[in-house]
Amino acid sequence: MSGANDPYDPKQVAALSPEALDQAVAQAREAFARAADLDELAAAKPGHLGDRAPVPLARREIGALPPAAKAEAGKRVNEAQNAVKLAFEERRAVLQAERDERVLREESVDVTLPWDRVPRGARHPITTLAERVGDVFVAMGYEVAEGPEVEVEWFNFDALNFGKDHPARTMQDTFYVAPQDSGLVLRTHTSPVQARTLLDREPPVYVVCPGRTFRTDELDATHTPVFHQVEGLAVDKGLTMGHLKGTLDAFARAMFGEQSRTRLRPSFFPFTEPSAEVDVWFPEKKGGAGWVEWGGCGMVNPNVLRNCGVDPEVYSGFAFGMGLERALQFRNGLPDMRDMVEGDVRFTQPFGTEA
Amino acid sequence: MRIPVTWLVENLEFREPPTPDEIAEAFVRIGLEVEDVHRLGAVTGPLVAGRVVEIEELTGFKKPIRHCRVEVGPDQVNGIVCGATNFVEGDTVVVALPGAVLPGDFAIAERKTYGRLSQGMICSPRELGLGDDHLGILVLPSGTAQPGDDAVELLGLGDTVIEVAPTPDRGYAFSVRGLARELACAFDVPFGDPGLAEIPEAEGEVLPVHVEAASGCSRFVARRVTGVDPTAPTPWWMRRRLMLAGIRAISLPVDVTNYVMLELGQPLHAFDASAVRGGLVVRRAAAGEKLTTLDDAVRALDPDDVVIADDSGVISLAGVMGGASTEVRDTSTDILLEAAHWDPPSIARTVRRHKLPSEAAKRFERTVDPALAPVALERAARLLHMFGDGSIKPGRTDVGAPTLPSPVTMPIDLPDRVAGVRYARGVTARRLGQIGCQVEVTTGDDGSTMVTAVPPTWRSDLTQPADLVEEVLRLEGYDTIPSTLPPVPAGRGLTERQRRRRTVSRALAEHGFVEVKPFPFVSPAVFDAFGLPADDVRRRVLSVLNPLEAEKHALATTLVPGLLETLQRNLARGAKDVALYTVAQVTLPRAEQVPVPEVGTGARPSDEQVAALVAALPQQPVHVAGVLTGLREQAGWWGRGRPADWADAVEAARLVGRAYGVELTAVASALAPWHPGRCAELRVGDWPVGHAGELHPKVVEALGLPKRSVAFELDLDALPLDDHRPAPVVSPYPPVLLDVAVVVPASVPAEQVARALRAGGGELLEDLRLFDVYAGDQVGEGRRSLAYALRFRAPDRTLTVEEATAARDAAVAEAAERFGAVLRG
Repeated sequence: MSGANDPYDPKQVAALSPEALDQAVAQAREAFARAADLDELAAAKPGHLGDRAPVPLARREIGALPPAAKAEAGKRVNEAQNAVKLAFEERRAVLQAERDERVLREESVDVTLPWDRVPRGARHPITTLAERVGDVFVAMGYEVAEGPEVEVEWFNFDALNFGKDHPARTMQDTFYVAPQDSGLVLRTHTSPVQARTLLDREPPVYVVCPGRTFRTDELDATHTPVFHQVEGLAVDKGLTMGHLKGTLDAFARAMFGEQSRTRLRPSFFPFTEPSAEVDVWFPEKKGGAGWVEWGGCGMVNPNVLRNCGVDPEVYSGFAFGMGLERALQFRNGLPDMRDMVEGDVRFTQPFGTEA
Repeated sequence: MRIPVTWLVENLEFREPPTPDEIAEAFVRIGLEVEDVHRLGAVTGPLVAGRVVEIEELTGFKKPIRHCRVEVGPDQVNGIVCGATNFVEGDTVVVALPGAVLPGDFAIAERKTYGRLSQGMICSPRELGLGDDHLGILVLPSGTAQPGDDAVELLGLGDTVIEVAPTPDRGYAFSVRGLARELACAFDVPFGDPGLAEIPEAEGEVLPVHVEAASGCSRFVARRVTGVDPTAPTPWWMRRRLMLAGIRAISLPVDVTNYVMLELGQPLHAFDASAVRGGLVVRRAAAGEKLTTLDDAVRALDPDDVVIADDSGVISLAGVMGGASTEVRDTSTDILLEAAHWDPPSIARTVRRHKLPSEAAKRFERTVDPALAPVALERAARLLHMFGDGSIKPGRTDVGAPTLPSPVTMPIDLPDRVAGVRYARGVTARRLGQIGCQVEVTTGDDGSTMVTAVPPTWRSDLTQPADLVEEVLRLEGYDTIPSTLPPVPAGRGLTERQRRRRTVSRALAEHGFVEVKPFPFVSPAVFDAFGLPADDVRRRVLSVLNPLEAEKHALATTLVPGLLETLQRNLARGAKDVALYTVAQVTLPRAEQVPVPEVGTGARPSDEQVAALVAALPQQPVHVAGVLTGLREQAGWWGRGRPADWADAVEAARLVGRAYGVELTAVASALAPWHPGRCAELRVGDWPVGHAGELHPKVVEALGLPKRSVAFELDLDALPLDDHRPAPVVSPYPPVLLDVAVVVPASVPAEQVARALRAGGGELLEDLRLFDVYAGDQVGEGRRSLAYALRFRAPDRTLTVEEATAARDAAVAEAAERFGAVLRG
């Protein structure tokens, strides 16, 4: 090392020679490249970028140079210093990227581990089916009407043109409410909502009524004493059985696909005249596409309109009703209706929230 | 009703007879349900008539066994072993010879049995596929056939039996006559109606009959046949038809009445005339009167029952079942035949009261052609004359004047307008004529064309234009009706309650609950298991009179019992961690059951009457309820599970409230069946709407449920439909977050402390959250520390820490003021 005031020729100051500086830079590059990780890089840093590293030490020699040589020597040192810094930064970037990648790699998990902390919930398929039916008809402009399950006989039978002692009344296998002759029953169908709706509002009336109904059938694979129906009622001027058919066809397509359609067979219900049984063409029927019994329907019996204060000379109407359990049973190919009422979670869970 | 096809088509003039399947299809197309098309058994190989020559009873076996020598052809006698005993030497029977195959692939071969060689089988009707009669082998009336005659032909085994289930409005269709007429309409062929046969003039009455109960009997006709040979057999063709229709042959007079009933639809009754004392009276039974019916049951009569009585008292439960005292026996020679037109509702009530459904009552209930009685009697009398050698007495009693159908007038295009079809000209008049109406077409004052139809006597169901319309439409075919959509006016969509109910259901399902639908029937004993006090309102139930399970007669006043039963079923099937919910109406009877008013039909009831009908009903609000047991959060690779506890029930209830758009608050409660210290009453404002919490340990024990099972139930209809229109103003300035722990008496509900803090914190307190509850030595006996995270924020500026601290102090001061809260150091 030279004293500050020694008049050296810079060319003679070895540390400031281009060769020496180039060598310092090369050594730094080599050292940084040797560093395998950020820690080693950090350990190598003082030897090449620290105060006592070759290039900063060389810089100290500049002061001893004659003024004319200082500028050139300074430029050379700066270039060398920048080259070392750059080498360091480049190496650090590489090592950092390597480390980041490794950390992420090390943090990876088995995403197939089960994450079922809270067991699955589900809605009953009858509920979602009833809502679906409601939505189909709301989209046509209908409204969803409701009524009570314990019903006065007048609404369940009398208003619907069931004669007091007519066999049709006993055909319905009614649950009667105590005491004897209370005049109350568990509704045997959703049809009393027809009478309630007509008494409640002026035509035009277009309503559907999904609801729970009751008949004294023993529970078995195809019967349940507590079941659900959906009732439809339209009362307006000029309604025809063709309109009934068209509505049922649209309903069938919405429920069972574009290929579906309906077929009417003459039948008897006290509250409709003419009356019909509805069969639906079900493309996915077990054993091949075919007709399936779906429900009952007909033109509202003028006696029902009269009982509800609607003039049958002015208005006509149609009504239809279907069992939801039955529809679910054939739509989904369910072998046993008991599963729908027993409440085993293994039955309901696969249906999810919007079956 | 089961009828062989050969009988159905007897009076129809087909150019080319339809096949049984075509007949069945035609029935369905015009509205008669076909339950079964049963082709009689396919028999191959030799099936012949045989004469029993000799019977040898074999002994030493567990059951009676016979070895019979049966003549099965000219000079051919086979030995046949037989286990039946209902035949004697000389009887004509049906023999399946070796090589024959009976229905069900039952092959007959020569074989050794009971130590004898059996060369064939003597057949029963069941083995021949003729019916379900178990009573031994088929014995044919003597003279029906000669040994060796082909029995396939003789028995009509090529026939098909169609089982039809007419709807209850079509009483006429419970007969060959009615069904044949339907086929005549369906195939457009002529029909010779045996119900319209002329009847001869009679001389005087057969016996005096007085109809006292005219409301129960509009026509009563009687005829008498004497000198009937009691040993005369019923001819084979008649027995065969009865057998195929499912009716057992008994004796000639009884068989004849049954045959005529099937043929024409008019039930008849045969009395042993020698047992009838004096004249007959048709009247209502007197209180306390009894009758021993044909089935040997003693029946206590009701004053509403219509009966036939003679001088000895009641001899018949009119239209339902005859009496034993005048029963036709195997010695009877003097037969009194009766046919009447009974009031359908009256018959229906008697059938229900005595639980006596019969073939006769089934027809009377559905209305019998009132013009038919004398025709049917004549037919029966002639059959008795023809086959029983009886002589028909000249007298005929015919009293009463039944109501005949009234004319119905309608615009002739009404069927077109109802169907939405343009039918060909003349269709309506033609179809109405075809079903038997007298039809007249007229032009009204306004130039419109009207049609007036006088329904035939057998169509009392045709009372209004709509009934005629149905006849035209069904005979023209429903398949000709087009499919068009009506122009429905715009609707209003779902109601607010309907939408929110759906949201509640979805929220619970997404929250891990599974929806179930228990029946609404509960046993009141469950309320004892629940520990409900005697005066608990939930014990006030409405019951059904005819429950399917005797003890479960009450209609649910709460959904919890049904849910717990479903829970038990799941647990019994191995489930451990279960969360169930249900949404359903409950039935809450009023304190005093209001009687249902009598309301007629034919016109709209008054508003007062409608209101009174509705007022007679119990309240039936929609509830939601849930139960949880086992782990709410499962154990897994992430660590341990968390058992469901009371707080999960309260959380679920609050979830329901939120889904409905209301915030529920909890207040400590002690309602059974919940744990008295772990039950929250949930309120909207001050209005209680339900409960949630852990079930009482005694209830859990009594029902065998896992410990710490929890439940909630809310009255959804009690939740208000808040007009939920939030307009939040969101401050963009930073918050100041401060924590505070206050020590309060342990009895003070956390909810109350939070309210005090909120009140004291003022508008700057944006949010407050309880993050720790501590009770222990550091806070002293009977006290606990509640730690809250408070978030302060100003709407219009950056809040300073000083301002926030001041607000926090004010919050604590309010809690101190209300509950003596002390800031924990």
